[in-house]
Amino acid sequence: MSVLKIEDLQVSVETEQGTKQILRGVDLTIGEGETHAIMGPNGSGKSTLAYAIAGHPKYQVTGGSVQLDGEEMLDKTVDERARAGLFLAMQYPVEIPGVSVSNFLRTAKTALDGEAPPIRSWIKDLDSSMTALRMDRTFRERNVNEGFSGGEKKRHEILQLELLKPKFAVLDETDSGLDVDALKIVSEGVNRAKETTGLGVLLITHYNRILRYVKPDFVHVFVAGRVAEQGGPELAVRLENEGYDRFLTGANVE
Amino acid sequence: MALASPAFVPVQTRSERLASTSVTDFPAVTGLEFEWKFIPLARVKHLTEGALDGSPTAFTYSVSAGTAVDWIDPSAPVVGTAGVPEDRAAANAWASVEKVLHIAVTGEDAAELVVRRDRFGSTARAAHVVIEAAPNSKGVVILEHHGSANLTENVEIVVGDNAQLTVVTVQEWDDEALHLSSHFARVGRDANLRHVIVSLGGSVVRVNPSVHLVAPGASIDSFGLYFADAGQYFEQRPYIDHQAANTRSRVNYKGALQGKGAHTVWVGDVLIGPHADGTDSYEQNRNLVLSEGTRADSIPNLEIETGNIQGAGHASSTGRFDDEQLFYLQSRGISEEEARRLVVRGFLAEIINEIGSPALEERLSAAVEAELVQAEAVRASALVQ
Repeated sequence: MSVLKIEDLQVSVETEQGTKQILRGVDLTIGEGETHAIMGPNGSGKSTLAYAIAGHPKYQVTGGSVQLDGEEMLDKTVDERARAGLFLAMQYPVEIPGVSVSNFLRTAKTALDGEAPPIRSWIKDLDSSMTALRMDRTFRERNVNEGFSGGEKKRHEILQLELLKPKFAVLDETDSGLDVDALKIVSEGVNRAKETTGLGVLLITHYNRILRYVKPDFVHVFVAGRVAEQGGPELAVRLENEGYDRFLTGANVE
Repeated sequence: MALASPAFVPVQTRSERLASTSVTDFPAVTGLEFEWKFIPLARVKHLTEGALDGSPTAFTYSVSAGTAVDWIDPSAPVVGTAGVPEDRAAANAWASVEKVLHIAVTGEDAAELVVRRDRFGSTARAAHVVIEAAPNSKGVVILEHHGSANLTENVEIVVGDNAQLTVVTVQEWDDEALHLSSHFARVGRDANLRHVIVSLGGSVVRVNPSVHLVAPGASIDSFGLYFADAGQYFEQRPYIDHQAANTRSRVNYKGALQGKGAHTVWVGDVLIGPHADGTDSYEQNRNLVLSEGTRADSIPNLEIETGNIQGAGHASSTGRFDDEQLFYLQSRGISEEEARRLVVRGFLAEIINEIGSPALEERLSAAVEAELVQAEAVRASALVQ
């Protein structure tokens, strides 16, 4: 059983006003096949958590640990973390001109597996995942994220999730900006990955809506850089009805 | 009464710049002139004033159906029909050559012609090439440059009515090579010229194409690709002269710079003349800076003398490596080194894919790949220090 264990994670960023602490001791343990939803108001540090786990250079870890099956991830480079089994579906994935989707996916798969995938099964996997995500074949020849609509970018992120088969994925607001049809398609992709690979998911969201399609086992409320409350799926429903006001009293976010 | 001559009269429009085949019409070069402002003049000044060996230099070429290659006299009527020198080095070359290399494309679907020029040596030399595409012809002419050079030359390109000609000039000179090349093109009615400059090797390499769209329906696709390493200077100044109505131009140059003292210059002039109604024009230059200590100058100029055009635009950018692109690729398991190569290769692929010769595209992809491997090694050793 794979486990992703985050303990007392503390993260700062450099701003014009000096160093600013964003995460103030985050504790989370995600088991194989589990889905944890992280909900919280703007500025609570949800995205910082996502990027710090992935290893973005902008975020400085000042304390704590992130362990995957007992192995410390914070000592590793971004690509080493990915090869260990971590994946981040980004909210605003960047354009890479001149690099086609098919070249990018094959390069990533080769890097993760240490060898090029057998061509026949690779094409078959690519085709079936793209069909399931309702992505046109011509998509493969387009440059990565270049000219993609918001929905296309999110589908492309989930396509990678399905093909690259990580152990744990952080989905950073994958649901925002999607209409209900696109949301269903993307959610189905996440659920397929969970079923076929036992993927553990850290689902960061602002809205309850995606939780109707991707069922969380646990819900964590994130406020001012730490987990303020946790519970089962019923907590998400309560948050939808009551909002975050009761958590914000006295919380100094900015 | 004599008129007092003002100390300095700026050239008001690109078409009024001095043009002459006589070297003495140009004042001695000082380095203050706009044409000579950026270039390391000490390395090339002798090509603007000194004696040049204008004897024919041996070359090799692939015998290709629908094309012919020959030496002709400088007095032949075709010489000078595409353009006239606009700087002193070009005029010096013009006056010095004893023979002109004539490349004719006559076939309606001519085979690709590769001319390999690799025997110039280190003597200061002049050369002159005329590439002539007959009306209704179609062909690809590739000029490949290797070895050492100390060369100033003129390359004329005459594209007959309704012809489709691709001219690619590839500079893969040795490290010490000096090469000043003025290209002049005259594109006829409904004809298309695809012009590609690829500069990867040499000390000082300047290729300046002046393209005249002289008849309705003429069009030019002008591409450039350069990769300057430490100490290399690459310059290109495409000038597109829209003379006739309904002419079209697309200019797209991309460069990468890596290593101390790598310097590139791009000056893109587009002139839409008073009779060029319905012109459709766009030019851009993008530079990717891969290390400290490099310099990329990028200057687009657009002059419009008629109100009735379809479109005219320009863009220029010089940027550092995008760390967000690196993060994205690495977060998918791709190593930093491979991610950097992928991004640069992708950046330059846009131009390579436009060349229109599969064999050359493949070879240049490999050449760029070799530059990238070398650049990575330089970067890695800099990090260690």
